[in-house]
Amino acid sequence: MSAPNASGWKPGTPVQDHNAMAGPDTVTGNRALMLEEPLIFEIGTTETTGVDLPEPQSGSNRLGGLDRSEKIGLPGLSEPETIRHYTRLSRQNYAIDLGLFPLGSCTMKHNPRLNEKVARMPGFADVHPLQPVDTVRGALEVVNELAHWLIELTAMHGVAMSPKAGAHGELCGILCIRAALEARGDAREVILVPESAHGTNPATAAFAGYRVEDIPANSDGRVDLEALKARLGPDVAGVMITNPNTCGLFERDMKAISDAVHEAGGFVYCDGANFNAIVGKVRPGDLGVDAMHINLHKTFSTPHGGGGPGSGPVVLSEALSPYGPLPFTARTKDGVVHLVEEENAAEFEHTKAFGRMTAFHGQMGMFTRALAYILSHGADGLRQVAEDAVLNANYILRSLEDVLDAPFGHSGPCMHEALFGDKGFAEDVSTLDLAKALIDEGYHPMTMYFPLVVHGAMLVEPTETESKAALDQFIGALRSVAERAKAGDESLKTAPHYAPRRRLDETLAARKPILAWEEPNPPGGAPSMSEQDGR
Amino acid sequence: MARYFTDEHEWIDLEGNTATVGITDYAQGQLGDIVFVELPDVGAMVEKGKDAAVVESVKAASDVYAPLSGEVVEVNENLDEDPALVNSSPEEDGWFFKMTVSDKSELEGLMDDKAYKSFCDGL
Repeated sequence: MSAPNASGWKPGTPVQDHNAMAGPDTVTGNRALMLEEPLIFEIGTTETTGVDLPEPQSGSNRLGGLDRSEKIGLPGLSEPETIRHYTRLSRQNYAIDLGLFPLGSCTMKHNPRLNEKVARMPGFADVHPLQPVDTVRGALEVVNELAHWLIELTAMHGVAMSPKAGAHGELCGILCIRAALEARGDAREVILVPESAHGTNPATAAFAGYRVEDIPANSDGRVDLEALKARLGPDVAGVMITNPNTCGLFERDMKAISDAVHEAGGFVYCDGANFNAIVGKVRPGDLGVDAMHINLHKTFSTPHGGGGPGSGPVVLSEALSPYGPLPFTARTKDGVVHLVEEENAAEFEHTKAFGRMTAFHGQMGMFTRALAYILSHGADGLRQVAEDAVLNANYILRSLEDVLDAPFGHSGPCMHEALFGDKGFAEDVSTLDLAKALIDEGYHPMTMYFPLVVHGAMLVEPTETESKAALDQFIGALRSVAERAKAGDESLKTAPHYAPRRRLDETLAARKPILAWEEPNPPGGAPSMSEQDGR
Repeated sequence: MARYFTDEHEWIDLEGNTATVGITDYAQGQLGDIVFVELPDVGAMVEKGKDAAVVESVKAASDVYAPLSGEVVEVNENLDEDPALVNSSPEEDGWFFKMTVSDKSELEGLMDDKAYKSFCDGL
C-alpha cells in the first residue's frame, strides 16, 4: 500500500513521539480545534431567552384559564450560540463528506452537489403539499419522471412514491400483498423470511400482522431453495427476500424461488436495499418480484441518516399495482401529469387502493435529488455504478481474505459488500474491539454482528464513489487492526484512544438509558423535568 | 426436582406440574451483556417451540422459545429492573417464567445435565 504522504512530514511538526508531544491539560478542556462541547442546556439556561419578542398588543387573555403556569424548560440561546453549538458537535461527527463510510448494507455513497443545486431551486424547494395542483406542475413532472425511471429500471408495472424510507416501503409492499390476498378471499397467515434477509423484514411482516417463519441459508450463504419449497403451502402469504442478500451474495435462484412461491399462490417481496449492486444490470421484474422498495437514500445518492430524510418508493408488479396506496401521479394522453387522490381515483380506475402510507405525497426534496442523479448518470452511467460498486467490494474482499476470515469467499464474487468473520482473532479480542480501533484510524466502523449467520460479522460496503487510493488506505487500516486482533494486542481492548470520548459503557447505556435532560440543582427545589412529566 | 435442557439452550426445572424456565449459562455467554428481557404476560398460553420471550443484548435481540406447552403462571419481575441477572445468575436468580405443563410427554427428547454439556461441547 502506498500511503499518502508516506514520510509523515508536516510543516513544523517535530518528531512524532506521542509521549514527548503530550502537553499540559488545558483550562478549557479543549485541545486546540478539538473542542469540549457542553450540553445545550448547559450553555443557555431555562431562565433566559435568545429572542426579543415584542410585548403583546392586547392585554386580554383568551385562554380561559388554561395558560401554562410552569416553565417550558427550554434553554435560551442567542443565534451565534446556537450555531456554534451545532457546528462544534458536527465537527465531532463522521460524515460521508469526511471520508469513506464502510457501513455494510447502507450504501453510504457520495451525495453529488448537482443534486443539491437542483433541489434548492425555489420551484422544487418551496412547494407546499396543499398548494393548488396547477401551481406545482413542474414538481409533479419530477415525481412522474422519477416514477417512470424506477419502473423502467426494475421492469415493474407501477410504483408507490409516498413511503418515507426502506422499512416504510416494506410495510407498503406487504400491505399491497395483504390487500391482494384479501381481495381474492384468501387470507393467509405466514410470511417466510430467509436468514440472509435484512433485519427489518421479519419486523415488517410481524407489524403487518403475519406470523414470521425462518428459512435457513445453505452453506453458500444463499436461500436454501429446497427448504423454501418444502415450506410453501396455502397458509403462506409470501416471502421477503433481500437480493443481493446480507451475505453480500446474489440470490441466483431468485427466479426459481418466485416461480415456486407464485405456484403456491403467494407473492414475492424483494428488499431492494442492496439494489445499488445490480441497478442497470438486473431488472427485478424479470425475476418474478411482486414488490420491492428502493432506497433513494442509498442507490440514488440522496443524503443518508442525519443528512436528510429517507425515501423508499415501492415498485409493484401488475398483480399488486391495483392495490397500491394513494396518492400517485399519472400522465394523461394530453401530456398533463395529474395527482391521483381519493376524489379522482375512479377516473383513473384505481379504486382498490389499500389506503395511504402518508398524509401527503412523499419526500419532494429526495425525488428531485434522485432524478438529478439518474439523469446525470443516464442508463449507461447507472450500469457502471453497479459494476464499480461490485468491483470495489471485491477488491476489498480479495485484498483482506488472507488476514480476515471470509466465510463466503468461496461462494463466488461478492456483490456490493464484503463479509468477514472473527475467526482467527485472539481469544479475548472481539469484533467490537477491532471496530473501536478503526475509529482511531479515522474511519467510521463497518456494520458489525450482522448478518447473524456469521460469528462476529463485519460487513464492509465501500460503494462505487471511492477511488482506488481511498480503498487502499482503508484496506491498510483494516489490515493493521485485523493483524493486531489476531496477535491479541491488548491496546485494542481500550480503543478508541484518540476519539473525543474513549470507550463508552454501551451495556450501562442500554440498561439505564438517560433519555431526558434533568436540571442538576433545580432552583427553589422545583421538581425536575422528568418528574413533572412522570417519566 | 428434575432439570431438563433444550437444544435451544433453555433449562427447565420441573416441580410437580410447574416448570421454571430460563436460558443456560452457555446461552448468556453467547449473547453477551443482556440489556432487556421481554417476558410473556401471566396467563398467556405458550406453545412448545413458539416465541415466548425476547432477550436483548448489546449485540442482538433473540427470541426465547417455549420449551413446553402450557400457561404462564409467574414471571421474574426482577428482570425488568435488573436484566443483568441473566448474565450473573442465568440458571438460578435469572429465571424467566414459570408455567404449567399441559403435556408431560413433551419432556421426552429433552436433555439432562450431562447430555446438554456434551451437546455444548460439540458446538
